[in-house]
Amino acid sequence: MIDRIPQVAAALVVPVAALLGYIVVAEWLLGRLPAGARPRIRPWIWIGPALAFVGFFLIAPAIQTIFLSLKDATSTNFIGLDNFVAVLTDSNVHLAIRNNLFWWIAFFTSFVLIDGLVIAVLADRVRYESLAKSLIFLPQAISFVAAGTIWKFIYSYQPPGVEQTGTLNALLVLFGGEPRPWIQDAPLNNLLLIIVGVWAWAGFATVILSASLKGVPVELLEAARLDGASEPMVFREIIFPLLLPTITVVATTLVIFALKAFDVVYVMTNGNFDTEVLANRMYKEMFTVRNYGRASAVAVLLLTGIVPVLIFNLRRFREQEAIR
Amino acid sequence: MRLSRQLGSLPVHVTIIAVVLIWTIPTIATIVNSFRPPALVGSTGWWTAFVPPFVFTLENYEKVLTTNNMGTSFLNSLTIVIPATFIPIAVAAFAAYAFAWMSFPLRNTLFLLLVGLIVVPLQVTLVPVLQAYQSLGLTGTFVAVWLAHTGYGLPFAIYLLRNFFGALPKDLFEAAAIDGAGTLTTFFRLVLPLSVPALASITIFQFLWVWNDLLVALIFLGGNAAVAPLTVTVSNLVNSLGQDWQRLTAAAFISTALPLVVFLTLQRYFVRGILAGSVKG
Amino acid sequence: MNRLCFMRPVALLIVIGLAIAACSPATTSPSGSPAASGGQLGGTVSVLASWGGAEQDSFLAMVKPFEDQTGVKVQYEGTRDLNAILTTRVQGGNPPDVAGLPGPGQMAQFAKSGKLIDLANVLDMTAMKAQYPDAFIKLAQVDGKQVGIFIKSALKGPIWYNPKQFTAKGYAIPKTWDELSALSKKIADSGTTPWCIGLESGAASGWPGTDWIEDIVLRQSGPDVYDQWWQGKTKWSSPQIKNAFQTWGTIVADPKMVLGGKSAMVATAFGDSGNPMFTNPPKCFLHHQASFITDFFTKANPSLKAGEDFNFFMTPDIDPKYAGSVTGAGDLFGMFKDTPQSRALMKYLTTPAAQAIWVKRGGALSANKQVTDYPDKISADSAKALTAAQVFRFDASDLMPDAMNTAFWKAVLDYVNDPTKLDSILTSLDKVQADSYK
Repeated sequence: MIDRIPQVAAALVVPVAALLGYIVVAEWLLGRLPAGARPRIRPWIWIGPALAFVGFFLIAPAIQTIFLSLKDATSTNFIGLDNFVAVLTDSNVHLAIRNNLFWWIAFFTSFVLIDGLVIAVLADRVRYESLAKSLIFLPQAISFVAAGTIWKFIYSYQPPGVEQTGTLNALLVLFGGEPRPWIQDAPLNNLLLIIVGVWAWAGFATVILSASLKGVPVELLEAARLDGASEPMVFREIIFPLLLPTITVVATTLVIFALKAFDVVYVMTNGNFDTEVLANRMYKEMFTVRNYGRASAVAVLLLTGIVPVLIFNLRRFREQEAIR
Repeated sequence: MRLSRQLGSLPVHVTIIAVVLIWTIPTIATIVNSFRPPALVGSTGWWTAFVPPFVFTLENYEKVLTTNNMGTSFLNSLTIVIPATFIPIAVAAFAAYAFAWMSFPLRNTLFLLLVGLIVVPLQVTLVPVLQAYQSLGLTGTFVAVWLAHTGYGLPFAIYLLRNFFGALPKDLFEAAAIDGAGTLTTFFRLVLPLSVPALASITIFQFLWVWNDLLVALIFLGGNAAVAPLTVTVSNLVNSLGQDWQRLTAAAFISTALPLVVFLTLQRYFVRGILAGSVKG
Repeated sequence: MNRLCFMRPVALLIVIGLAIAACSPATTSPSGSPAASGGQLGGTVSVLASWGGAEQDSFLAMVKPFEDQTGVKVQYEGTRDLNAILTTRVQGGNPPDVAGLPGPGQMAQFAKSGKLIDLANVLDMTAMKAQYPDAFIKLAQVDGKQVGIFIKSALKGPIWYNPKQFTAKGYAIPKTWDELSALSKKIADSGTTPWCIGLESGAASGWPGTDWIEDIVLRQSGPDVYDQWWQGKTKWSSPQIKNAFQTWGTIVADPKMVLGGKSAMVATAFGDSGNPMFTNPPKCFLHHQASFITDFFTKANPSLKAGEDFNFFMTPDIDPKYAGSVTGAGDLFGMFKDTPQSRALMKYLTTPAAQAIWVKRGGALSANKQVTDYPDKISADSAKALTAAQVFRFDASDLMPDAMNTAFWKAVLDYVNDPTKLDSILTSLDKVQADSYK
């Protein structure tokens, strides 16, 4: 046990010191160059390590995936766009695309965003802000190993006449209704899975939006309130515009998470009962069917889904730069 | 400058309390069930614990805490999480600063590429990276996991930090430049201190995601007793048929303890007023 | 403000860091240190399997004598996601030395791509042939090469009942399928649903239904059709397979037959579904499930006594031509890396002494005929049914390729949900069949 401490300490200190050393030495070297060259070379030094890491861990595998999507199941022969044809005509994939788009991107993203915003803004004004944010954040901290178990206690179903163990059905029976197999009942089950996701990720949105909210100058808010502005107006005219860049970041991230939604679906239904999503399809093709070509094609499909998001972000950048 | 908190009006209180209550119900259900015997958990609702007979037990917690290897797993998790949190944040901070305040060709393109990389599913990277690690002899080492988590965590960290760095007022930088501050000084003495809430946020998330990770550790480090993190040991509490799943209720809270402590500790950095007065300084 | 100002603290940090790094022990990496002591083999062997909880404890107990005898350290890694982890590691060039294989279907897939090592020179094949029924040896072969061994097995096809209730109600154990149907009808007419069925099982939901259908196919159409079926040579839409589904439908499609009807079937976890047999009054009387269900009974109802409160009779014959048919399953192990340590472990795991350890702890049966020390009568009876069967077949869905297996699971759920859609369900199964047997 004790022998781990030096190891962990070294693992922490050495890389961070190395990074600091890298930047300091690089800047010093930069100082030896003519002044004109400095701004041209400097950025690459600063983003260099990041590019190296993502290049190795993300970009290279992504490019390899694109190549694999053009090859057959065992990645031995080149078969062109056959995998894409197979994937795009697969009704399971159609179902998955529908679920990702309609349920996850639409509902998940908006619910989490609204919830995060509401809590961040409202909690900012009460004394128990820290407690409220901690309780909303708690689900993020609970590992997904247990999330399936936790939601069992909400959605569980027993036949009528048998004592209910799930909260929802217990409430239903209490008010005279019949218990329902929530998870297995399409299409509402999609919404219920999303609720699990919302429960887990609202804390994420809250923390980030709250951090951004703290950067809104207090003088602005107080001046507006002194001037007689109502709270909704303060929000609409001051808070929201200033928060917009962060909202973009949170929304973008949530849309991406919705695109690659996997854990909740895998643990709770494995895509059965019409809850299939793209990432789960990819998983099945990769590890069950073991058709790497098709699995890669589904992955490429996922990657292309992000293009509209990137275009949106690009536009927002241009707007923000124009203001600066 | 301390902000004197305005007391919220009644609707505000009601909304917050209502949302928080609803949010906490699943957690409460789990806490209650973690103190009940497994046979009851499977056959009766958690609310029945509040009516006689009051049957509570610590057996779930006992079973989990005395599971073989729990202590070592906790240490392994710590060993994994600390470097895997700070290294990506350091690398991301450098990059985010460049993307936010330096201009260079391809800046927006590269940045969008980074954002786009968030969507790359973890599973497609496993085999190529594993093959590379094999040839480098890194498989089964902690270094392998540290580097992997850095790579995977960078896109979002850079995205988030760039947003916050970019929100800093331009006049700050102009004032600093007039004072003769160089890039390094501006970064360490201006940008970082003013971005503490953002840094606290990304620290919380990176910590959490690494702490709760199962797949990356299993593939690059391995799941054997000497190196298995907490997540592996906890998931093995349940057997292949799903028996003993009730133990997960206790395990969930035991493994949440540390992330919560981290969150609460970092909460005090979510303070406003850091920017106020900085231009004058 | 001078850039050099930063150099000093940073340099200090680097020096401290290097000092710490130099003093700390190297990061431990598993496998491969051949430290032998006193004539023992020494070294390590890595094992990857899907066992957790009590199973993990039992496996570790099983290998402890091996570790003591040979000095080889067994490094066990458990995961519920065996397919994904094993596939990734094999593909990534880092396979475990020895690993559990989810089923003969997957074993065949690994063997065909050359990843599994031939065990002919590892195992004592003469001893194997003497100790194991021929069926179990053949099942672990691919293209004539022995690539797997059975760590433990399970009996499929028992129908569980509450003897006390049967005596009280005067029910007799049915000896044929017709008698079983008559008994079910009798119970239904008396006002209680005769059957309890639960299909939910996380990502594998539907598998208990596949066991039902396999039992029916074997007893109704015989072992040859059964074999053609799992080998992908008989279509799902063929009359025999369709007949099996429809026979099962006489139970699951009739709301008076199963507790809670289709909603309960798809939503109830398989492990919990037999418990209504033990309530007062019981809500059902019959439960078709493999031999490992007994652990679930006793965990949920700690006061139950084996033999008195629960016992089993085998799924009865349908066609007298195929009398004495039994299905079973087992946990397969394969070797991915040829090292002296993994060879020693594989050889050890097949011995009666090793098999007996897990069996004695409960929850497992052994296919090894020399293992006779069972903890209770029910396990002993189950083991006998397994090894002494007249017509024995392995669980068909485990023999099928993965994709076919999961499609079968899903088909079961779809069928229970809407039995009128049987034809379209069978047709889509045919499509998967055409695609996956390559």
